[in-house]
This record gives sequence, structure tokens and C-alpha cells, in this order.
Amino acid sequence: MSVSAAPTATVPATSAESPVLRVESLSTSFIRRGKPLQAVRDVSFELRAGETLVLLGESGSGKSVTARSILRLHGKQATVTGSVMLGDVDLLTLGDAPMRNLRGSRMALVPQDPNASLDPLRRVGHQIAEVLQLHGISSSRSVARARALELLSLVGIPDPPRVFASYPHELSGGMRQRVAIAIAISCEPTVLIADEPTTALDVTVQAQILRLFQDLQHRLSTALLLVTHDVTVAAEIADRVGVMYAGQIVEYGPATEVLQRPRHPYTQALLGALPLPGMARGSLRAISGAPPVAGTAFSGCSFADRCGAAVESCHQQAPVLITVQRDHRAACPVLNSPSNPADSSKEGSR
Amino acid sequence: MITRSDVLLDATDLQKTFGNGVRAADGVSLQVRRGETLGVVGESGCGKSTTAKMILRLLKPDSGTITFGGQNLLSATGSDLRALRRRLQLVPQNPQTSFNPRLIIRSSIEFNLRAHNYARSGWRDRVDGLLTRVGLTAEHGDSFPHEMSGGQLQRAAIARALATDPELVVCDEAVSALDKSVQAQVLNLLADLQQELGISYLFISHDLSVVEHISDRVLVMYLGRVVEEASAETLYTAPGHPYTRTLLSSAPGYTGEHLPPQGEPPNPADPPSGCVFRTRCPWVMDRCVTERPLLGVAKQAQYVACHLNDPHLRDTTISSSSVLTEPITSSSDS
Repeated sequence: MSVSAAPTATVPATSAESPVLRVESLSTSFIRRGKPLQAVRDVSFELRAGETLVLLGESGSGKSVTARSILRLHGKQATVTGSVMLGDVDLLTLGDAPMRNLRGSRMALVPQDPNASLDPLRRVGHQIAEVLQLHGISSSRSVARARALELLSLVGIPDPPRVFASYPHELSGGMRQRVAIAIAISCEPTVLIADEPTTALDVTVQAQILRLFQDLQHRLSTALLLVTHDVTVAAEIADRVGVMYAGQIVEYGPATEVLQRPRHPYTQALLGALPLPGMARGSLRAISGAPPVAGTAFSGCSFADRCGAAVESCHQQAPVLITVQRDHRAACPVLNSPSNPADSSKEGSR
Repeated sequence: MITRSDVLLDATDLQKTFGNGVRAADGVSLQVRRGETLGVVGESGCGKSTTAKMILRLLKPDSGTITFGGQNLLSATGSDLRALRRRLQLVPQNPQTSFNPRLIIRSSIEFNLRAHNYARSGWRDRVDGLLTRVGLTAEHGDSFPHEMSGGQLQRAAIARALATDPELVVCDEAVSALDKSVQAQVLNLLADLQQELGISYLFISHDLSVVEHISDRVLVMYLGRVVEEASAETLYTAPGHPYTRTLLSSAPGYTGEHLPPQGEPPNPADPPSGCVFRTRCPWVMDRCVTERPLLGVAKQAQYVACHLNDPHLRDTTISSSSVLTEPITSSSDS
């Protein structure tokens, strides 16, 4: 397919080393009822070409705000600090016009709810073609149409001409999400950001969409930043995982490491709370309490109140990310203190 | 041996077609026994919530029968219906919208007591006791819904349902809106309450792992029909219907043989002829186009609506004219 004949198609081994997106010390705060509310605190991560990073967190953890801050879709009231480097451009200092230009072309968003993101009054095909013309990919309408049809078949839509001429309400939820993905990849972005892209979908459709993401990444070498609350989705698709809690990344590393040998009590508890086959009813290891409301301020560790491993100092001193292995970091000095190097509490067998 | 009196809820051959032609329930039969949890899984549009609404008498079936505790639920009126409703309660999906935002929690729960003529003098103690039982405090009773978290509100919704000492609680996606770390608390609470009070649950959810965890038996629905019914263990280890198999293999993290469902769910207003799953089934045969498969015994206590399950077909590998001899039954023994 000609789509792969793109600037990003040449992904030599070197680009695997240099990140396409580098987020450093990103903090986002809003003013709510006259008081500052910090939704994201000091978040840093890197995304390399063709790689999938999953931000995993519960409601209010700041995962969606992080994604939106990167795209600068956080709204006028928000204050964003830190840096977001796309290649060598800092998105946070970029002017509005170049940012608008870049959004949808080099970086694109797949939203959670395609019902809300597609225009209900316009045919699907025109909504795809519009993006192509807007970003100057296709100059004429006929070229844009041909390309839109190509994109529809690329995202696995069986009868592109029919779907091209359909209105969103005539399509199923899975089809609409495929259309939203077609729009997002229309300009072959370097970075694709997907905010809970399968949460509104049925499980059989979710499986198809996750496979589509993997397939597209393989073909286009797009880097994918996927935001989800669903541990099983993360396990399915992630190369690396950043676990977010109360606006911070509390654990970060390769997916297999983080999900199989978690080194932060929250990650451990979250994985332990999932119902697994064979567990007796009523025996789920629930985490006491509830996730803090977005923006809650903490003097110490944000998870300390719900944590089984918490010691006194946890309530006073905010933990920083500690490297537990090459690329695996966790913000818990109790489980990962130098005096307690071979933490045995959760160490799985290799 | 299961006797008649063990069956608390018995729904037979429920039919419901909406005005837009969508057949949301097409011959749904189910039974809930005392003290057990019957799980209902299926994707959106499969008719699971419609079935729940008919059982709660919030929606009138076009045909079919429902008995609850031996009484005809569909023909009950007036004080008889009220008495039945007291024994049959609901925990809805979204507690943020099921509580009146302008009433404190206590008042919302008292509404349920008032509706069922509980003496006003006992309300306060009763509500306090209920709140404590579900892991809240009496002070939560004086909070407004917006002052509580999703998990706390869902506990309050459970307290409200328990207020009238129900025998059956219908949980319609009752934990779906909750964060996973909180979901586990509520699932544990539901299990504890069942053990303590002997209540039955009709537990409806799209979440396979949650249904497996909480249920004794599970019903799988697709496009208004029950395609499989089995014990939770059997269903998840040896699913009988092709749809159940594709559904299980679609769950993220599934490690067995991957069986992607073909294509898209059909239009529910214009379902396929014969077997409704045939347009997406990897094992579709000619017969599936013309003949509707009936729910028949596959193994002990496992019922599957699939022509592959036809004993004649399994034994002789031919015979397109053979018809399943099993009647359309829900399980009646195990």
C-alpha cells in the first residue's frame, strides 16, 4: 500500500535509539474555584518510533490530561510547565498556528468516543478528505477522495465506497472508531495518541481495534501513546507502561517488567485486585479507600493512605522514581530501598 | 436434586420487539435459584438489559411468562405487585444518575422504605444499619451524592436495594463504572452479603472476568437470544457455543487459540435468518442459514444453541434434515 511510502517509513536502527517524543517534567494545573488544582505532576517519559507506551491509571490519575497537554488541547485555563519535544521542537513554546498545523499531521489523536468526535451531519468520507486537504496532502478533491478510500481500506473497512458515503450514525461503534483512526493516520503522524480508544467498544470489537493499532504501527512505524484504565489492554499492546496515580507516574518500565514484576505497591495492588479464573468469590484483594480526586495535594506519597507497605516517612516525604533495573523505575523507597535490594515480596520467578 | 421450590425466578420464552423493529429478546428463558448468582454476559445490543427490565416489570414483554417465588409476576397488580417488588430489587449501573442529586443519601434510601410501608419510626436505625453493613458510616447518610466517590455511591445503591430485604437483586452492570481498585471491594461486598443473607443475584455485565468471578451459572446472549448456558467453570474452561468461544478469545490477555469473530455485529433490526451468529461464525454451515438452532443439552448442565452440537451431526457427520430433539429449556437440573 502506498501509505507506507512515507517519510516515516525509513526507520533505521538508529531511530530506535533517539526518541521521537520526549516529555520532561510535564506539569498541568487548572484553576478550580479560585484554587490551583494540579492534575499532572512532573511527568517524564520518552517514546521511540514504532513503540507503544501505555499510560495506565484510574479515574483522576491524570492520564488523559497528560495526553491532552502534549497535544496542547488542555484549554485556556490550564498552566502547563516542563517540555514536550517532538523531534527538536518544543511544543509548549510553539506558536498557535504552527501547533495547529502540526496537530493532525505529525501528531494525531484517536479519541475515546467517535460519536463525539465525528460530525454527525457530514458524510464520513468528506471528514477524512477534509483533513488531507487541510494539511496539503491532497490538493484536489478527487485525489483526496481516492486517498480517503485507501485509508478506509487500510483500517480494515470492508466496503470503503459505501462507508465513504455514509453518515456516522449509519455505522457501528467499531466502524466509527476505525474511521476515527483513519482520520488520525491520514497524514502519517510520527506520534499517534489514543485516549481510551477501545473503552466504549464491545470486547470482540476491542480485540479487532487493538490488532489494527499493532498492524498500522508495524506498517507505518508510528509511535503510539495509548491511555487506558484497563490493565489487560496494557498487557496486550504495550511495549512500555507508565502507571499513573494522583497525577504522577509511580512506576515506569518495559511492560513485561512492570506487569509481571511490579515494584510499586499501587501497581501490585491494582494487579492483585483483578478477578482471575479460579479465585473464590469474595476473596478479591481489594485496595481499601478510593483513588484521590484529581488535584488532591499530598505532603508525602500519594498512595500512602491506601498502601499496605507504608511506613511513617511515606506520609512526610514525597518519593521519587528509583531505578530498580535498567529501564524500570518505581517511586517507592520502601520496596526499593538500597538496604532492601532484593525485594522478595513480589519477585516473580523468572 | 433441584426441586421446584428452589427456583426463585422463572422466566420462559420472553419476547420483546421494539417499535423500530429491534427484537431485543427472542425467546429468552432463564431461572434463578435461591441463593445463587446467575450471570448474564453479552455485548451491547444483545438484550441483556431488556431482559432485566422485563424481570423488574419496567418493560412489558410481548409474550412469555415470569414467575417469582411461584407467583405470576406479569399479571400481578396493586398490592400484590408491590409485595413482589419489595422482594425484587435493582442495583443500577450508574449511581451518579440513580440517586436524586438534591436529596441526601438517607432520604433516597428512606424512599424505598416508605414505598413499602415500613414504619417511619424505624427508618433511622434501619438506614444506619444498612449503611454500616455496606461499609459506609451513618454520617454518609447525610451526604449528598456529589460529595461521595463512585465506590461509596455504589455501596449506598446496594444499601438502598437491601433496604426491603429482597430475595433477588438484579445488578445491571453494577460494577462497570467503577475503577478496578474499587470494583474489587464492591464485588467482595456483594459476595459477603449473599453468603450472609442468602440473596440471589441476577448479575448482568459485559465484563467476562467479573461475571466469571461472581457467578454460579452464566447465560451468554447474542442478538436477543440465549446461545449458551452453563456453570461458570464449564463456560470458561470448555465453552460450547462458537460465539462464547470468540468472546472469550477476544478478551485481552487471552492465551489460548485466537478465534477472531468475523466482521461486524449485524443490524439488530434485521437479524440474520436461521442462526443469528452465522454471519460471524468461523464454523458456519448451510444449515445455519435456514434453521434456527435451539438451546439443547451439550453436556451435563451445559446448554448450547448451535447445530454443531446436534448429536446426529456429531455422530454421523451428515444429515442436514435432522432436527434437534431437545426442547427449548433452560437448565432445570444440575
